[in-house]
Amino acid sequence: MMHSKWIETIVGAFVALGLGALLVLTLRISNLSLAGFGADSTYEIRAMFDNIGGLKVRSPVKMAGVTVGRVNAIEFDSKSYTAVAIIQIDKQYTQIPTDTGANVYTAGLLGEQYISLAPGGSEEFLKGGDVITDTQSAVVFEQVIGQFLYGKAAESGGDKDSKE
Amino acid sequence: MSALRALGRAGLSFFERLGRGHIFLLYTLGGLPATLYRWRLLTSQVFALGVLSLVIIAVSGLFVGMVLGLQGYNTLVDFGAEESLGILLALSLVRELGPVVSALLFAGRAGSALTAEIGLMKTTEQLAAMEMMAVDPLHRVVAPRLLAGILAMPLLAAIFSAVGVYGGYFVGVGLLGVDEGAFWSQMQSAVDFHDDILNGVIKSFVFGIAVTWIAVFEGYDTAPTSAGISRATTRTVVNSSLAVLGLDFVLTALMFD
Amino acid sequence: MQNNNQELEPLVRIRDLCFRRGERVIFDHINLSMPRGKITAIMGPSGCGKTTLLRMIGGQLKPLSGSVRVDGQEVTALSRGALMSLRQRMGMLFQSGALLTDLPVFDNVAFPLREHTRLPERMVRDLVLMKLEAVGLRGARDLMPSQLSGGMARRVALARAIALDPMIILYDEPFTGQDPISMGVLLRLIEQMNEALGTTSVIVSHDVREAASISDYIYVLSGGKIIGEGTPVQLDVSDSEWVRQFMDARPDGPVRFHYPARDIAEDLLAGGDE
Repeated sequence: MMHSKWIETIVGAFVALGLGALLVLTLRISNLSLAGFGADSTYEIRAMFDNIGGLKVRSPVKMAGVTVGRVNAIEFDSKSYTAVAIIQIDKQYTQIPTDTGANVYTAGLLGEQYISLAPGGSEEFLKGGDVITDTQSAVVFEQVIGQFLYGKAAESGGDKDSKE
Repeated sequence: MSALRALGRAGLSFFERLGRGHIFLLYTLGGLPATLYRWRLLTSQVFALGVLSLVIIAVSGLFVGMVLGLQGYNTLVDFGAEESLGILLALSLVRELGPVVSALLFAGRAGSALTAEIGLMKTTEQLAAMEMMAVDPLHRVVAPRLLAGILAMPLLAAIFSAVGVYGGYFVGVGLLGVDEGAFWSQMQSAVDFHDDILNGVIKSFVFGIAVTWIAVFEGYDTAPTSAGISRATTRTVVNSSLAVLGLDFVLTALMFD
Repeated sequence: MQNNNQELEPLVRIRDLCFRRGERVIFDHINLSMPRGKITAIMGPSGCGKTTLLRMIGGQLKPLSGSVRVDGQEVTALSRGALMSLRQRMGMLFQSGALLTDLPVFDNVAFPLREHTRLPERMVRDLVLMKLEAVGLRGARDLMPSQLSGGMARRVALARAIALDPMIILYDEPFTGQDPISMGVLLRLIEQMNEALGTTSVIVSHDVREAASISDYIYVLSGGKIIGEGTPVQLDVSDSEWVRQFMDARPDGPVRFHYPARDIAEDLLAGGDE
């Protein structure tokens, strides 16, 4: 019984240490500062894409390379046969023009896909619930290769034709 | 024919033990609410299981992180990607090595001690004496230990991962000259709180349940002899290590599909 | 009326008890009664199931068939809660003492009080010191069980067994492995508990003379049956061969010296062929 105070103190310190380690992992190592957008600190916009490629929920949304938000959900609109990306934008970035375009890009050659916003010139800014329609689909690698190969084939076919 | 019979008998006794283990867990869980009221019992067990495992966990974490830093650097530098060392360190520690290695160490350090303690209490009739004093040993002895193990495991795993990251940081940035800013920023952009850190915590929580459960059950189920205790202790380490690795596969498949 | 009945009925009444472990028959339809306020001894050779009997009285083991009644309650049919509250009124002294090795003497004796009562710590302290005083170990309250001699450990265990002032104390081999002095101390303590507190005592023992010297009634168990019973004086003059062998410590008699085996000549001639 004499030692119980002492043991409790040590156990308390242990628990604090463990929670502290968790905190280090959370703040120092992970991207929680962005993941922590609550409903309060963000507003929601939508973007319609013909093809979103490998875009996933929680993929980053960037402007000029700076992450300004995240993809919150991806839905399929069965009327227009397009994909709808629902995007949460941090409230501190309120001045995004209404004619902003959205592209799905790949970080590096094989990296993850993200949405890049290209600001337009409008005087009005996007509000919660607005829709971006000026979008460019993800580049699907197979299509690019396919086009490249067709192009090559057409070129060489053309050469043959001219020789004959 | 006799081989077949032996197989059948082994199978039956396996299921018997499995059933007994689950009934045991059920009864013990009945004692958990009462344990929360008597937090003195709990703190002394968190001390025995958590605090006393701290040194081995922290030192192992440090070395695992340093080795990862060294190996990772040697591999990545060939591709000119040594700045990604932070990602490699953080992801492998937080997702896998932190929960798994600390659970294995916990099984060896605290699990075996738990089994031996409870087994010895059974052998020396202390558990029977409690029963005769109208005190349920499952509630008084086993429940606080189970709860303490479940609470301590995620904390230990978090300490392991954090110390490991700093061990790798020390080797990578301090000794090998990786750029500090790139080290942290790449790490932060790649590690996700939900997908990586929370899942790691969930993993270590599950491992904590598995290891402590196996340890207290083996102790409680000991044949009351010295040979029985040594067998039970060995079984605790072997079974809980296997359980941790098996569960890790299942959890990984569920979380990172 | 009912009170009267309870007075008449023995505290522990065992009827037609059967138990076996594997193939071995431990009890074969035995009947015993332990009257209130008396010391009853159950004697018999090692391995005849004396400890098993105590465990059945405490409800830790269930018999194959038969009835075990303690204070008018059928132990074999009690719910878990009722069994627990019955056990609070029982004290058991284990052969090894079975002290909780991670608690000092004081906390060991306080254990049942703290678990079952909501007494303030001051009162617990007073009670524990009184119980320890009764066994003469008030000065040893801060020692750990590992620092106690066997006899002292058993006395502490006795203090713990009487902490809740039980109606019955079950002693499992209280004299085994004790030196003459601690044996004498234990004998006197058991007698005192019985006289001062009016506690019913059941002693399981194979130390014939010691047990006989303090008990009011003795049962002799062997081979799953009761082979003799009576007051110590009656048993002393009994001419049953079984009782004589046991009371006089004869090596051979109805209870064979040899474990059952085939003939020795045959066994030796067989050599290593088997």
